[in-house]
Amino acid sequence: MNRFGWLYFPARLAWRQLVFDRTKLVAAICGVLFACVLVFMQLGFKDTLYASAASAPLKLDGDLFLMHKQSEAMWRPIQFKRSELMRVLGNPAVAEAYPLYLGLAPLKNIQTQAKRTLMVYGFDPDSLIFNVDSARNRHVELRLKDTVLFDEYSRPEFGPVRQLLEAGRNMTEINDYKVTIIGLFQLGVSFAADGNVITSDLNFMRIFPRRNLDDIDMGMIRLNPGASVEHVQAELKSHLNEFVNVFTYEELLRHEKDYWANTAPIGFIFGFGTVMGWVVGLVIVYQILFTDIANHRNEFATLKAMGYEQGYFVRVVFASASFLAVLGFIPGYLLSLGLYNLAESQMYMPMPMLISKVITVFMFILSMCFMAGLLAIRKLKDADPADMF
Amino acid sequence: MSNVIEVDHLNFSFGSGALTQPVLKDVTISLEEGEIVLITGPSGSGKTTFLTIIGGLRQALHGSVKVLGHQFINSNEQIKVKTRQQIGYIFQQHNLLKSLTALQNVCMTLEINTTMTEQQRYDRAAEMLIAVGLSDRLNYKPDQLYGGQRQRVSIARALVGQPKIILADEPTASLDKQSGYEAVSLVKRLAKESQTTILLVTHDYRILDIADRVVELEDGMIK
Repeated sequence: MNRFGWLYFPARLAWRQLVFDRTKLVAAICGVLFACVLVFMQLGFKDTLYASAASAPLKLDGDLFLMHKQSEAMWRPIQFKRSELMRVLGNPAVAEAYPLYLGLAPLKNIQTQAKRTLMVYGFDPDSLIFNVDSARNRHVELRLKDTVLFDEYSRPEFGPVRQLLEAGRNMTEINDYKVTIIGLFQLGVSFAADGNVITSDLNFMRIFPRRNLDDIDMGMIRLNPGASVEHVQAELKSHLNEFVNVFTYEELLRHEKDYWANTAPIGFIFGFGTVMGWVVGLVIVYQILFTDIANHRNEFATLKAMGYEQGYFVRVVFASASFLAVLGFIPGYLLSLGLYNLAESQMYMPMPMLISKVITVFMFILSMCFMAGLLAIRKLKDADPADMF
Repeated sequence: MSNVIEVDHLNFSFGSGALTQPVLKDVTISLEEGEIVLITGPSGSGKTTFLTIIGGLRQALHGSVKVLGHQFINSNEQIKVKTRQQIGYIFQQHNLLKSLTALQNVCMTLEINTTMTEQQRYDRAAEMLIAVGLSDRLNYKPDQLYGGQRQRVSIARALVGQPKIILADEPTASLDKQSGYEAVSLVKRLAKESQTTILLVTHDYRILDIADRVVELEDGMIK
């Protein structure tokens, strides 16, 4: 047998046997499709979670960031003294240092009066901490008393803020404190906050009367041009109290992601769901391959008596597994594409179908089918012509 | 003329220890090229077991079994697989692949070990099916054929590779008298043309006359 026939003939037999029993083929495809959709959704949710967790720090415009060591994530910070941040100004490479105040508070829907919690960011408007143009352009007006900017990408439960603003209705309450929404900016929701508001540090203290300017949640540091971030980071680490973390931009992003991945069990839940999808798919495909071999036992034994070697049947089984993987993946992908759009419209979080995810899931499904094939080939032993005739 | 099959003092038993059940006792027989030998005997006499040992499907440990010059006693699987490819097998049930057409079923024999093109294989298989009288059934699946037609497809499948030996296990068992006789006559006619040796196990006394020699097996011994 030439090299082409080595794989082609068993694959062709596998294909012919698969398409011969349409009902079983459809059942098998549904099994793979199910696993495929499950894995796609779990991975999609996980990626969205991580992406949204990092959406706020992603927009922070700084070189180094100070956080209390006990701060698990930005949305649940532990305060530390402003003086600790100001000590970094002693380093000649540091150009600016600004405190960032964070707090969760209910915002009253202007239309329905219903309250819903969102994230409030407070900082000196002139520090331009948020790298969002629409926020930066309004920094002068933000200095005024009781003014806030509202995140346009917040969940719709906060009301149609854009239309309300255009209609001139811009008064609302945050934490039962009257504020004026003077404009919109764009950030996006996360698993921790359904919406975002930015305001000045002074307004922040008015919204949260128990907070004071000396207890800060985060510190943002900008370095002089040409300064080495790693170098300054190492210096600051050795000079500052040990209860603060000094993060680079990338480290801050990773810190936020790691919280959801490890500290909060959500990353684990999605990981677990992915594995369960794999296992369920494995069991389904295994069952199908297994009964397929059992049903074709007689035929395989006949072929064996005709002089086919054991390896041929192994290739038939693996070819079947590969066909099932491909046939189940294609509708699984299309269905997931639709579900991604549905999920996006429900969650108000981006859930992109990236090519890397498509490849990952396909490899996942392929490995699942191969594993099922590996388990099923034990059944080939039963196809012993000596026992059958 | 050389002996295609040589069996010398073959002993075979199932089970082990106290449960040992001897099936074949001291069987000695040889078949010449082109010879047609029928083995008859009551059920449980060891006919089918004997056939599976000759076909290299069952490993015997005592005595000597030479098929086409290869010793099967204590041989490795590789030698038996190679030898099997030169043997055409006709089964009690037709044992066709349900998902394949008659033509594709016959092609399965040619796909094992061949340098033929797809077209050549199809032509050869079609020729063979025409020879067994199924020219108008080439693309029928086994479910769409009658018992006698199925058995003729399996005969075509056994013969298409021009085997040196044909082993047939009760080929008429599932057929009526008329089609059973037609089937074995067909095997005989086609095999004689190419000097193929036939070893046929049966307890169908209606077909004894096609044989050159009839051997009776009883309780694992040749009478």
